[in-house]
Formats: sequence, C-alpha cells, structure tokens
Amino acid sequence: MIEALLELLSWACVLSGAFFTLVGGIGILRMPDLFSRLHASGVADMLGAGLLLVGLMLQADSFWTVAKIGILLGFFALTSPTAAHVVAKCALHTGVQPMTGEGPFRASRPADREGASSKP
Amino acid sequence: MFVPVVIAVVLTMGMALVRALCGPTLYDRILALNMFGTVTVMLLSVSAFVAGRPDFLDIAMVYALMNFIGTTAVLKYFRYGDLGGTGHDVEPTRPEGEALR
Repeated sequence: MIEALLELLSWACVLSGAFFTLVGGIGILRMPDLFSRLHASGVADMLGAGLLLVGLMLQADSFWTVAKIGILLGFFALTSPTAAHVVAKCALHTGVQPMTGEGPFRASRPADREGASSKP
Repeated sequence: MFVPVVIAVVLTMGMALVRALCGPTLYDRILALNMFGTVTVMLLSVSAFVAGRPDFLDIAMVYALMNFIGTTAVLKYFRYGDLGGTGHDVEPTRPEGEALR
C-alpha cells in the first residue's frame, strides 16, 4: 500500500517536473526580452529540475543514490538563483534596457535621462 | 513511463539551443546555455534511472559544477575584461548604453 502510494507520488513529481521544464523551454523561446527570459529559465531550473529530482529520489533504492540526488538538489538551489542574478546584473551594468512601459525605473536609467531612447 | 520525460527534456534542449543561436544580446545566449546545461543534468539523471546505472549521477554533479563555473566565468570576463581581477566595480570595458551582441 505504502509502496504504491510512493510510486504514484514519484511519477506525479517526475511528470510535473518534465511539464515545467517544457514550460520553461517555451518561455525562453517566446518571451520578449532578456529579463523575462530569466523568469522562464528560473522556472525550468528550480521547479522543473527540482520536481524531477525529488521524483527520482523517491524511486531510488540505495542510500547513496538518494544522497547524490540530494547534493544535486542543494547545488541547484544555490547556483540557479546566483547564475540568474549574475546574468541580470551584468546585463544591466552593460546597458541592456529592460522592456518596461513608462515606469519610474526606465526614467531613472542614465541613458534615458540624456534623452537617448533606445526602445527595442 | 520515462519516455514523455525524455521527450520533454530533449525538446527543451532544442528550444534553448535555438535561443542561444538567435538571441539578440550576448546575455540571452549565456542564459540559454546555462539553461541547456541544467536540462542536460536532468537528462543525465533520468538516464541514470533508465539505464539502471547510478554512476551517471556523478557525471551529472560534475556537469552541474562545470556549468555554473563556466557561466560565471564568461560573465565575469565580459563584465570586467579579465578573469584574475578582484571583481570590484572598476571601469566598465565599454561605454554605458551599448549592449553586447
């Protein structure tokens, strides 16, 4: 009984992880600018990989397999937000304009204060 | 049961590669390559269970490490101009408002 329940939970996690990975892939292909593509990449990184690895962890049969997948999960939880932050910071510092409306952030950029409007 | 998972993961790898090939700025390409590496780690983990060989999880861990270090190193190089610097905010290597292609 408990094994069937564990199997069901595991396959639900693995399949929803695959679904969110596909959603992230569609997002990185279809989103309009870099900072919204970061959002889609974060979905595939944390939700997709996290759910898939948790589902695989529930199927594993030895202790070391579970431990390795746990290390992989912890590593993803550390590096995925860091990589997204580094990409966003480098892009902002080298002048990639975020696609906004007439918000306060757009008006506070130095390139905009000089009147150089480079809307993509 | 693993077949739809593998199909979804391979489709996502293809979409990330398309974005890496035709991304308008450099950062789109780097982001797509980072995501490609993540999805490759997922494919390696799944193939460890499909093939019944848990050794593939070691390869997946090494690939995740290399992916993060590679992404950060390339971004640091394009931000500061060298890899050995301290990473403080010094002069940017190009004027503001000019995005890398």
